[in-house]
Amino acid sequence: MRRAPELLVIWGPLLLAAAHIVVFTAWTVWISFTASTLMPVSEFVGLRNYSSVLATRNWKIAFDNLIVFGGGFVAFTMFTGLLLAILIDQRIRGENVLRSIFLYPMAVSFVVTGVVWSWLLNPGMGVQKLVNDLGWAGFRFDWITDREMAIWTIVLAGVWQAAGFAMALLLAGLRSVEPDLIKAAQIDGAGPLRMYTRVILPTLWPIMVAVLVILLQMAITTFDLVRALTGGGPGIATQLPALVVYDFMFQRGQIGRGAAAAVLMFLTLLGVLLPHALFKYARRRRAADA
Amino acid sequence: MLDRTAPDTMPAWGRLLAHVVVWALGLAFLVPFIVVVLNSLRTAQEIAQTSMIGWPESWAFPNYAEAWSQFCVAQNCTGLQPFMWNSAAVTIPATIVSTLLGAVAGYAISLWRFRGDTWIFGLVVLGIFLPQQVRLIPWTFVLRDIGLINTLAGLVLIHTIQGLSFTTLFCRNYYLSIPQDLMKAARIDGAGFFRTFFRIVLPLSPPILIVTVIWQFTHIWNEFLYGVTFTTGSQQPVTAALIGLNAAIADVPQYGVQSAAVVLAALPTLLVYLFGGKYFLRGLTAGAVK
Repeated sequence: MRRAPELLVIWGPLLLAAAHIVVFTAWTVWISFTASTLMPVSEFVGLRNYSSVLATRNWKIAFDNLIVFGGGFVAFTMFTGLLLAILIDQRIRGENVLRSIFLYPMAVSFVVTGVVWSWLLNPGMGVQKLVNDLGWAGFRFDWITDREMAIWTIVLAGVWQAAGFAMALLLAGLRSVEPDLIKAAQIDGAGPLRMYTRVILPTLWPIMVAVLVILLQMAITTFDLVRALTGGGPGIATQLPALVVYDFMFQRGQIGRGAAAAVLMFLTLLGVLLPHALFKYARRRRAADA
Repeated sequence: MLDRTAPDTMPAWGRLLAHVVVWALGLAFLVPFIVVVLNSLRTAQEIAQTSMIGWPESWAFPNYAEAWSQFCVAQNCTGLQPFMWNSAAVTIPATIVSTLLGAVAGYAISLWRFRGDTWIFGLVVLGIFLPQQVRLIPWTFVLRDIGLINTLAGLVLIHTIQGLSFTTLFCRNYYLSIPQDLMKAARIDGAGFFRTFFRIVLPLSPPILIVTVIWQFTHIWNEFLYGVTFTTGSQQPVTAALIGLNAAIADVPQYGVQSAAVVLAALPTLLVYLFGGKYFLRGLTAGAVK
C-alpha cells in the first residue's frame, strides 16, 4: 500500500529530528566521560570531568547565581504576572492595548533587550545619570557594576521580559474559573479580597505550576540575556551555568568538561521537568478515575 | 477571552485604582522601547552631554541610514545590512521548511496513523526540553563533517531540524480536532496520503500554519547561541553581530547610531508581533501547555 515518497516524507524528517535528539544527547554524555579537549578522543576517564567542573570556582559561582537568579526571577515574574492578570481582569479600559504592551518583550530577542538594559543600567549614562542630572546628585543605581547586586540586574530584565507571558497564561486561567463558583461565594458575602484568596486563586494552581515550570526552564537555560547585559561580569559575578558550558567548550577548548557541565545543566533541568511530568500524569490518572 | 471573572462587588474606587496602577505599569513596560527609539533619533554629542534618556533636540534621522549601511562592527564598516540579510536568509527558509515538514508529520501522526507513531512523536517533542548546550558539540562536528560550519546553510539545517519539535507538536495537536469521518470519507473516495493532505487537511490548516510560522520566525530570528557559535565575521546573523556592536561601544561611543541598529534588529519580530500578536500568544500558550 505505502509508496516510497510517502514513507520518505513521513519518516525522513521525523526520524532525523528524533535521531538527532537521541544521538546528540548520547554523544554529549559520552564525551563528558572522555578525556576530550579540542577534539573528541575515546579515552574513558569516568567522572573526572564532572568532579573537576564541580570543583571550579566558575561553576560554583554559576550555580549559586542560578539559585539567586532562578529564585528571584521566578518569584518576581510570577508575582508581577499574577498582579497584572488580576488588574487587567477588572474590566479595564484599553485591555487589548495593555495586553500587547505587557507581552511585547517576549517577541524581542534577549540580545536586543539585554543591550538596551545594559545602557539603562549603566550608571554613567543610564537612569543614575538622568537622576543625577536632574539635581539629585547623591542618587546611586549602579547594581550592574556592583559584584553583589549585578545578578539582580538580570533578574530585573528577565522579569520585565517574561512577566507578560505569565500574565497571559494566568489571565486565561482567571477567565476559565467557573462563574457559578464566584456567584456562590458572592451570595456567601465574600468581599473582593476574600474572593481572590479563598475562591479564585486556589483554582488557578495547576496553571501556576505550569508557569512555574516554564519559568524555571527559562532560568536554567538563560544565556543570551546575560551575554548581552553583563557578559557574566563584573569579573565572573553574574556567571550562569550556560555561560560556563560555553566557556569550557569554545573558549578553553575543553569539550570533555564542557560536555560534563552541559549534562549537569540538563540534569538540573530534569530535576524540574520530571517531577512536573509525574505530577501531570498523576493528575490525569486521578481525573480518569473520578 | 472575553469574559471576566472579576467580581462585580469591586467598589468604584477599587476599579479606578486598578486603572491607575495597570496603566502606570504599562507605561513602565514601554520605557526601554521608548528610550531606545528616542535615542536612535539623537546625535552622539547630545547623548554624551546628557544621558541615554532624553527627548531628541534635533531629530537625527540619518542615524538609521548610518546604522543600516555604514556603521562599523569589528572593523567591518558595512553597517547592519549584511547581518540583517543573513538573518533573513536563515530565518525565512528554515521557517518555511520546518513548518511544511511539521504539517506533514503532524498530519501523518494524528490522522493517518502508522506503526510506531506514538513513540516517535514522543521523542520529537522531547526536543522541546533538550537544552541547546547539550547539542552544541554534536552540531559542531556534524556541521564540520558535512562542510557547513560557518555557513548560513548550516544554521538553516539546525533550525529546520530543531524546529520540527515545535511545528510537529503544534500541527499534530491541531489536526487531532479534524473528525476521523472526514478522513474515512476521503479514503473511501480513494484519496491517498498526499491527496488527502492537499485536498482536505491543508485547506483547514491556515490558523495553525500562521501560529507555527510566527512562532518559528520569531524564535529563529531571535536565536543567538548557534549563530555566535557556528558563524563568524560576515556570516553572522544579526543577534550575534549586535553583541559585537555593543562590545565596540567602549571604543567609540555612538549611542545614537547604535540605538538605531538595535531598533532595526528588533523590527522584524516586532512587526510580526504587531500584526500577528494573537497568533504569537497562541503559539506561546500551545508551547506552554504541551
